[in-house]
Amino acid sequence: MSALITITILALLLLYLGLFKAKKALLPVALIGLMVALVLSLMEWNSNAAPIFSDMMLYDRFAIAFSGITIFSTILIIALSKDYFERISSNVAEYYALILFSLAGIILMVSYHNLSMLFIGIEIMSVSLYILAGIKKRDFASNEAALKYFLMGAFSTGILLFGVTLIYGASGSFDLEGIKQYILKDPTAVSPLLYTGITLLIVGLSFKVGAAPFHFWVPDVYEGSPSLIAAYMSTVVKVAGFAAFLRLIMFSFAPLQDFWIPMIIGMSVLSLLIGNVTAVYQQHFKRMLAYSSISHVGYMLFAIIALNGSSDNAVFVYAAAYSVATIIAFGVLILLQGQVGNDSFDSFNGLARKNPFIALTLTIAMLSLAGIPLTAGFIGKFMMFSRALSSYHIFLVVFAALNAMVGIFYYFKVIVAMYFKEEDRKELIVPIYFKLVLGFSALVTIVLGVYPDFIASLI
Amino acid sequence: MEILLLIFLPLAGALISSLFGERQQVKTLAFIWSLLSLGLTAYLLSVFNPESSAPQFVVDHSWLSYYGIRFKAGIDGISMIVVLLTNGLMPLIILSSFKHTYKRPGSFYALILLMQSALLLVFTALDAFLFYIGWEASLIPIYFICAIWGGENRIKVNMKFFIYTFAGSLIMLLGIIYLHLQTPDKSYDLQAFYDLSLSTAEQGWIFWAFFLAFAVKMPVFPFHTWQPDTYTEAPTTGTMLLSGIMLKMGIYGAIRWLIPVAPLGFAEWGQFALILSIIGVVYASIIAFTQKDVKRLVAYSSIAHVGLIAAGIFAWNTNGLQGAMIQMINHGINVFGMFFVLDIIIRRLHTRDSFEMGGIAKVAPQLAIAFLIIILGSIALPLTNGFIGEFLLLFGIYQYNIWASLIAGLTIILGAVYMLRLYQRVMLGPTNALTLGFKDIDGTEKLVLGVVCALIIIIGVYPNPILHISEATVKALVDMVDGKVHGISTTF
Repeated sequence: MSALITITILALLLLYLGLFKAKKALLPVALIGLMVALVLSLMEWNSNAAPIFSDMMLYDRFAIAFSGITIFSTILIIALSKDYFERISSNVAEYYALILFSLAGIILMVSYHNLSMLFIGIEIMSVSLYILAGIKKRDFASNEAALKYFLMGAFSTGILLFGVTLIYGASGSFDLEGIKQYILKDPTAVSPLLYTGITLLIVGLSFKVGAAPFHFWVPDVYEGSPSLIAAYMSTVVKVAGFAAFLRLIMFSFAPLQDFWIPMIIGMSVLSLLIGNVTAVYQQHFKRMLAYSSISHVGYMLFAIIALNGSSDNAVFVYAAAYSVATIIAFGVLILLQGQVGNDSFDSFNGLARKNPFIALTLTIAMLSLAGIPLTAGFIGKFMMFSRALSSYHIFLVVFAALNAMVGIFYYFKVIVAMYFKEEDRKELIVPIYFKLVLGFSALVTIVLGVYPDFIASLI
Repeated sequence: MEILLLIFLPLAGALISSLFGERQQVKTLAFIWSLLSLGLTAYLLSVFNPESSAPQFVVDHSWLSYYGIRFKAGIDGISMIVVLLTNGLMPLIILSSFKHTYKRPGSFYALILLMQSALLLVFTALDAFLFYIGWEASLIPIYFICAIWGGENRIKVNMKFFIYTFAGSLIMLLGIIYLHLQTPDKSYDLQAFYDLSLSTAEQGWIFWAFFLAFAVKMPVFPFHTWQPDTYTEAPTTGTMLLSGIMLKMGIYGAIRWLIPVAPLGFAEWGQFALILSIIGVVYASIIAFTQKDVKRLVAYSSIAHVGLIAAGIFAWNTNGLQGAMIQMINHGINVFGMFFVLDIIIRRLHTRDSFEMGGIAKVAPQLAIAFLIIILGSIALPLTNGFIGEFLLLFGIYQYNIWASLIAGLTIILGAVYMLRLYQRVMLGPTNALTLGFKDIDGTEKLVLGVVCALIIIIGVYPNPILHISEATVKALVDMVDGKVHGISTTF
């Protein structure tokens, strides 16, 4: 709870700092503020949380864990933003404030206990992001991204809201607990409105997390948005969307499994197939990352398909692994775009020679995304596969394993370019902030991969 | 405790080596480090009790307690053989690379030692998850070794290699998770897997899930297509690691994780696997016969030899398995020696085409003698190491089926034909312009080849100590599986 308040105040504070032209202070203040928020949020760790604000929010372990990972990722991403926004515009305070506002929305999304809160959280997050996607005012791609994101986002929020109202019509409640009680009363005789509502809600949320077949906006928006914002969208926003999704289903809709599981399986299969196969054909790193993010949604959906008490742990570990690896990838992408001006796979050629450290961290990230053992990504995939197998979705898991093989092709393209293709190139200049973030993220990836015990059963 | 030291000692060496960067002195460090591992193995061997079939020096720590995963490792007779092979061959492999000046040697030797660590993990793991981790972790260093320091086509070829092996192991992972979910106390322990009694159909699937991973690694026909290209394109050190040690992972896996875990699946499909192995023997021998490229020839001969080992395992009796045990060591020594001789020749002549060579024996008599001994060992002449191994293997296959042993026995004849033809083309005949200035072996080359030749003859004359190491474990394992297949419960 205090994290939400801290982040909101922090965002306002940054706006004031911008007003008084204290540009130098923006980044440190934002970082320190977020760290305080992270600590405050972790301090509320307890096992018997009760809903607060007339049952509007529930700051339970689930909420704390996912606020933790989203705030943590935001810290890493903001640390990469030194001198980034300055190149785009002179009014940088707004950008920081917008990121923090969207983070506030995200905190709501992971801790809601009432569907109206979910809606408000999604809106706070999305509106900030629509602006952030378009901050490169003179760049066509950025404008296009903002417009596309806005149209798709508005559309999906509409669908989501429609779903919420239908559910209210059926159950007479916005409250997760109320909806659950309504379903539990007689799971065989629930109103058809509820089914429609659930379907619409799932569709709306799938738009937000970018699951196929509702993924069409993802590659264009990621590609057009400034890389830093794309990093934020593909890690923090995606994780938050997923947490919201999982929370809804775990809390309220679990008894109606038979109804929505086929839908989720279909989405998972499509996401895996489309994400992986399309990623193979990409020539550009950023677009490849966009498609790979779609495929990772496919894996994460496994936790929902094999729903039980520890699904949240599986998603948490997967989300943490995916986030840190993706942040490394985007960090290197930002360096490359800034200094080479190009992010095709060829622009990675010979990087290992000139920047061994960057190449090593990016290799660890790619191995983690590909799910190679001793990296966090493997533990995430392992947990997902275990979950799905434990509920006997054997063909689904075999299908996912085949897709993981396809993943090797495109993740290794980067490694191949960096290490095996020699080319004379200039050394990338790596600012100290980048070194810290990349090194730290790589370390986290390895530590989680070697000894994940402390996070595997957190929630 | 000893096991932890055994596994992590090379890892520490790898970390130190990686700090060396461009300095070539790292070779010496890596060599001394591998000798330390060898010394530790010698110590373990001296305190190892070969009469017991149970794992010894067991370490058992909680690792991923939430999923019932433990860091459990130990050495029994079968593990001892492969650990001995790994740590015995590693100093030779490193020593054999002394004449090369690889760029970025720090990373090169770090990766080799890293690989050693991963291999030892595979060979000692008693927990399926740990086994899988080692299995995959050994793939990463060899991929980088082959793809950074390899030949022209290295990128494409190694991608194929990686995808092949990764595909196999992912399917194995699913099998492992499935078995884990069936265990009563949700563990990954090897013994818990042995204690399971699943239905025949389930075991059939499990058999295939594991078999694919191991068949790709060995490789068994028709999963071998990655192998000749990868061997040819890899730097010699990489080829030695792949053929000398890494393919034994597949053989070891079949003995420890495949057949005892899914005995009924094996009873149903074992014959099929045996037939595949024997097809591989004949097929690879015939292809080896037509190769001009010397490295490719040895690559195919390796498929044939390993096919015979695999057939000996799938025959599943004490003789066949004991033959497989000793032949793993022999094949490791012989194929290493073979690739080293070829490396010496290729390094001096800059060609791999056997038709351009000839008459080297006249100018390099010492090399000629060493090469002859290695070839004789490889074609299993009596009193060389290959003989005892192939004899036991064929004996085991004979006990299983006489026709199978007859066809598999062709390997000895065919092997003799293509190997002696190789020798004839390369070493005998008139010396040509290219081979006239050939310099005989010296320094480390002499040392390495001396050790290899000595091992070939010593093991050939007196193989008993090696056979004794694994005997008790192999017998117990065979009894356990036979008991399960025939419905009599015995404990392993």
